[in-house]
Amino acid sequence: MARNVSTQRKLVTTVVAWTIGILIFFPILWTFLTSFKTEAQAIASPPAFLFFDWTTENYFEVQSRSDYFKHFMNSVVVSFGSTLLGLVIAIPSAWAMAFAPTKRTKDVLMWMLSTKMMPPVGVLVPMYLIFRNTGLLDTRTGLVLVLTLINLPIIIWMLYTYFKEIPGEILEAARMDGASLAKEIIYVLTPMAIPGIASTLLLNIILAWNEAFWTLNLSAAKAAPLTAFIASYSSPEGLFYAKLSAASTMAIAPILILGWFSQKQLVRGLTFGAVK
Amino acid sequence: MNLRTFLLGTCSAVALAGLAQAETLTIATVNNGDMIRMQKLTEAFTSKNPDIQLEWVTLEENVLRQRVTTDIATKGGQYDIMTIGTYEVPIWAKQGWLLPLDNLGADYDVDDLLPAIRSGLTIDGKLYAAPFYGESSMVMYRKDLFEKAGLTMPDAPTWEFIADAARKITDKNNEIYGICLRGKAGWGENMAFLTATANAFGARWFDENWKPQFDQPEWKNALDFYVKLMNDAGPPGASSNGFNENLSLFQTGKCGMWIDATVAASFVTNPHESTVADKVGFALAPDTGLGKRGNWLWAWNLAIPAGSQKAEAAQKFIAWATGKDYLKLVAEKEGWANVPPGTRTSLYENPEYQKAAPFAKMTLDSINAADPKNPAVKPVPYVGVQFVAIPEFQGLGTAVGQVFSAALAGQMSVDQALASAQQLSTREMTKAGYIK
Repeated sequence: MARNVSTQRKLVTTVVAWTIGILIFFPILWTFLTSFKTEAQAIASPPAFLFFDWTTENYFEVQSRSDYFKHFMNSVVVSFGSTLLGLVIAIPSAWAMAFAPTKRTKDVLMWMLSTKMMPPVGVLVPMYLIFRNTGLLDTRTGLVLVLTLINLPIIIWMLYTYFKEIPGEILEAARMDGASLAKEIIYVLTPMAIPGIASTLLLNIILAWNEAFWTLNLSAAKAAPLTAFIASYSSPEGLFYAKLSAASTMAIAPILILGWFSQKQLVRGLTFGAVK
Repeated sequence: MNLRTFLLGTCSAVALAGLAQAETLTIATVNNGDMIRMQKLTEAFTSKNPDIQLEWVTLEENVLRQRVTTDIATKGGQYDIMTIGTYEVPIWAKQGWLLPLDNLGADYDVDDLLPAIRSGLTIDGKLYAAPFYGESSMVMYRKDLFEKAGLTMPDAPTWEFIADAARKITDKNNEIYGICLRGKAGWGENMAFLTATANAFGARWFDENWKPQFDQPEWKNALDFYVKLMNDAGPPGASSNGFNENLSLFQTGKCGMWIDATVAASFVTNPHESTVADKVGFALAPDTGLGKRGNWLWAWNLAIPAGSQKAEAAQKFIAWATGKDYLKLVAEKEGWANVPPGTRTSLYENPEYQKAAPFAKMTLDSINAADPKNPAVKPVPYVGVQFVAIPEFQGLGTAVGQVFSAALAGQMSVDQALASAQQLSTREMTKAGYIK
């Protein structure tokens, strides 16, 4: 049943929501605007908001200095690859935990999450040595593997909560009809959990796209993704904010556009199961 | 059958030739302007050396340091040439992580390298890294503000003069601050400046037995002087200002003086970036009459990790990038003002360079005034002007930098900061086995 809301209250809520929205979006907008300024305008005080001489010089400079496309392709392969591989491992695991739990399931889930609590730099040297000995340093395969491992706990946790919302009886019915375990997961469970899987997929692609510690430390020239591309533009000795902004805009644009088009899916997935 | 054999033979020959030719050098470097220029000139090297290909990994200084340190410490072998600072060279060479550069070619002219820079890169008589560009620190000041205040900057000022001038120029109502100095905590931020300044005040990090010296009067004088000066004539929030923040303040006309890296000279005099480009003068870093100037010495150098399979090609590249002909090449393509400074004596004798770079003499004098082997007035057991070349210094320098930054912000007194610095460095040095 709809609730009566006064116009005044609606107005206040709208203004508050817009203010928060703009505040959150402002840093990205500011980066975007700065990328069209000259270096002098970028540090001018007071700063110009919209009325300055717009220039695309920074984008040309960034493009001529770095191979954007190579970094972009590495980011695509690494983020999509690690997320898809993660899903292949996580869907059966989450199924087992949601529909065939044992006494220790909760502990296993907690243990998986605990691996996220360790600062990554603590295992940098052992990881680096493993990568060196297996020839995985500076390879896309290596980065896909490490990001899969890093994001696996989150993927499993998300899928587990989504699967818990699906009535087990439906799966039992499929089993009664003679469906094998693989068929049960592929044809019955997965279609029902599509919104949950989709939002897990999107969120993990975003996380993998932005992951900067491992991608920077385990790559050099060949497999370096967009995080390394940005790291070549920030500078502690020299003010190149306009160029850095242009590089940042180029690095976040693809994932921003992806997020924009899939936000409906994302929100649906995140609120999935709120109403029973 | 014969044709098939011939074709197979040709294919294998081409493949073998391809394998023999495909020697690719991976070079890790910092994203400073001079290095980016080197990257752009890749073709000039590869056209002369068609059997060598270059692959660049250009990263921000701090990321690069972490990246190459991990790689060299684990013998990862990801890079054939690494760009490292004057701080790393002696430590890494002693660890046996670097190859000595003894095959740079007959026309390399090692003796042309500036002695101060070369001495920081030479261990037991062997050169372990070749300097790509060198820098020191100096005073940059606003000639117009000095004139207005009736002051004349000497070529070699004292700290007393600098402090007096800074207080006179300060006009807080119009947001003009007499002096901008580093305050942001970090071994390469405020501690680079404060360690070099402390040298001028007669202070030192450690005595000959590695005992920390923060409880000595020299440190008290230096830190007290710095905090008082910054409170009177520095910009607000100076405890979070590093190189970039001060550069921005100076370029927008808010600082009367700024003491920092000589590389800043080309930024503040660039009319596209700086609103005060035509009003900047330069002077040597100040002293207190004790015989040491508070100027540091830094160089970015090219080095080859030990165990490299491509050492010969790598030395060839290093000889090209740090040789005399490279300077000429940059001058031809981009003008003399853009030549990487601070490595070769011949550059400073070149009249064309002197004409194009008004700050050339001051840079050379500043570099020559620094002595990394005897940085302080009193004897010290370490090498390094604005740092102590021991592996523990990155952590220790940053920890001491934090308490000094807190003293500048007014969160603790100078005495408390020094006591805390003394305590934590004694603990750290005992733990590391320097103090028995």
